[in-house]
Amino acid sequence: MASRTVAKDIITLRGSAAIVSEFFGYAANSILYNRGVYPEESFAKVKKYGLPMLLTQDEGVKSFITNLTAQLSENEIVGKEWLEAGKLQRVVMVIMSKATKEVLERWNFSIETDSDVVEKGVSREKSDREIMREIQAIMRQIASSITYLPCLDEPCVFDVLAYTDTDVPVPFTWIESDPKLIANPQMVKLHSFDTKIHKVDTLVSYKNDEWDEQ
Amino acid sequence: MDAGSLKSFSNLKGQSRCPLQEQLLSRKNSKENMDRFIPNRSAMDFDYAHYMLTDGRKIKENQTVCSPAREAYRKQLAETLNMNRTRILAFKNKPPAPVELFPSEHSTTSVHPTKSAKPRRHIPQSSERTLDAPDLVDDFYLNLLDWGSSNVLAIALGNTVYLWDASDSSTSELVTVDDENGPVTSVSWAPDGRHIAIGLNNSEVQLWDSASNHRLRTLRGCHRSRVGSMAWNNHILTTGGMDGQIVNNDVRIRSHIVETYRGHQQEVCGLKWSASGQQVASGGNDNVVHIWDRSMASSNSPTQWLHRLEEHTSAVKALAWCPFQSNLLATGGGGGDRTIKFWNTNTGACLNSVDTGSQVCSLLWSKNERELLSSHGFTQNQLTLWKYPSMVKMAELTGHTSRVLYMAQSPDGCTVASAAGDETLRYWNVFGVPEVAKTAPKVNREPFSHLNRIR
Repeated sequence: MASRTVAKDIITLRGSAAIVSEFFGYAANSILYNRGVYPEESFAKVKKYGLPMLLTQDEGVKSFITNLTAQLSENEIVGKEWLEAGKLQRVVMVIMSKATKEVLERWNFSIETDSDVVEKGVSREKSDREIMREIQAIMRQIASSITYLPCLDEPCVFDVLAYTDTDVPVPFTWIESDPKLIANPQMVKLHSFDTKIHKVDTLVSYKNDEWDEQ
Repeated sequence: MDAGSLKSFSNLKGQSRCPLQEQLLSRKNSKENMDRFIPNRSAMDFDYAHYMLTDGRKIKENQTVCSPAREAYRKQLAETLNMNRTRILAFKNKPPAPVELFPSEHSTTSVHPTKSAKPRRHIPQSSERTLDAPDLVDDFYLNLLDWGSSNVLAIALGNTVYLWDASDSSTSELVTVDDENGPVTSVSWAPDGRHIAIGLNNSEVQLWDSASNHRLRTLRGCHRSRVGSMAWNNHILTTGGMDGQIVNNDVRIRSHIVETYRGHQQEVCGLKWSASGQQVASGGNDNVVHIWDRSMASSNSPTQWLHRLEEHTSAVKALAWCPFQSNLLATGGGGGDRTIKFWNTNTGACLNSVDTGSQVCSLLWSKNERELLSSHGFTQNQLTLWKYPSMVKMAELTGHTSRVLYMAQSPDGCTVASAAGDETLRYWNVFGVPEVAKTAPKVNREPFSHLNRIR
């Protein structure tokens, strides 16, 4: 593998931002499906990243996620998009009990942006296939996470938080929020992917199951 | 039609830009690029800075060595330490909760988030798209933009009229007039969305069929100088000229001039028929707004106006009839006036006057809500969205770098197109999200594909 020269593609800041927000959309859907937040029947299969990915068909959820990913990368604030300006630090998907609003699971996607690219507008080179392979690995890990994550027996709801730099003005549709942390969580770090401009790390923290021994 | 557009684009190869092409890298105004860093010792967090300089780098090098649990712990710690320089935002509209039991309940909860958007609708702060509009004439008194009912936008750039089909984003050229007749001074779609009237600098008006790209007729003799404003009322095309005259032309008959309105002393720059087609409002460079009523027509002499409104202190180009309240007219004054005034056109009384602080170039009412959109000039060149009747500012949309002279509304009432002397045409989803975006994606289109751009 190392000896074979892989054809590299040019990645620009904008292209990288698109990859990251697209990844987030699919990852969010995958988490909702795998964790059983929404019934399985409400998902449909599509091919993406070389895997059968499941996307929700529920209009409300679909529009929520689409609006969200659009806002991460589209020109929301006059001047620069969050991802392109390197202002987005992380995106967190929180799964809470519908009844008690207690946070049960936290999927943390932290984003490191290469500031050189943001400031100087250079582009990087990396093979598209390589990036797809890295994302595929993360998707597989999310799907297999059900083996160690505690069962979510009760009905749950989800929410999404965006961690941004303080100098970013808050657009109309976003409000300040608390971080919705879990007390004494168990954490599992998943694979990360790197477009050479944005590096996305995935981490899931979950509430200790009472059945677990310490 | 295809041959025509091919020819035009090969002509334009010599020029630097093709018209109505998307601007890929839109530069915002220069005051955003602040590149002077002024350190402030008292605001610096040295502990954090030290941590980031040392520990941050250390972790990058030792990534493989650190155990996953260690990494996770470090991240958790960093998270709590980072609190003071990070802003955490949650999306205002929450996703629907899943319901297992009753399907009907499920449908109501999924409707809920979109309905809850009603009290505070999301208005995108910047234009959804920006297209190039080279050679757009920067003249306050002209009306070079119109959006037809067949969802095709017409814009006049110099001597040429371009048509932009909003459904597939394709551009085509309708006509290029000769230098001695041009430039084009006004465009107006007929109510059928197929025929279009083009007013010229030489006082002629041409009628075109956009489906066949064929000129149907030329109206001559209605004016002595350029035709800067036009408005349709079924088969009547009303034209306003620099000579101050307003002429009703019946486009079906040979001697097309059926009525003349005289009253303006200077160029007629604003002309709008009411929804009922009973009254037409005209605004002129003489600061006067006239309301003409069809019931007062007389065949022998020029028709007398119904009302003469002289309160504005500058040229009145912005005119808009209210869609939800008949007999309500909004007018906007130019640079010396800067107000929006509301009139009862039955009595001629001025109901309200609001100082906007900037030249009002155009006005549009929302078809869906009780809102009014105004476009301005110096200094902000913004579009302002007002709540009616409170006249509270709901949003200010900036982006143009020159006065926003021309505005047009899409047939579905959701999108507004604006064009300015900065030679750009911008689209704003200011009146609501088009329903098309919410429904299932088109065949062979991936979801999230709107995020794909040229890398």
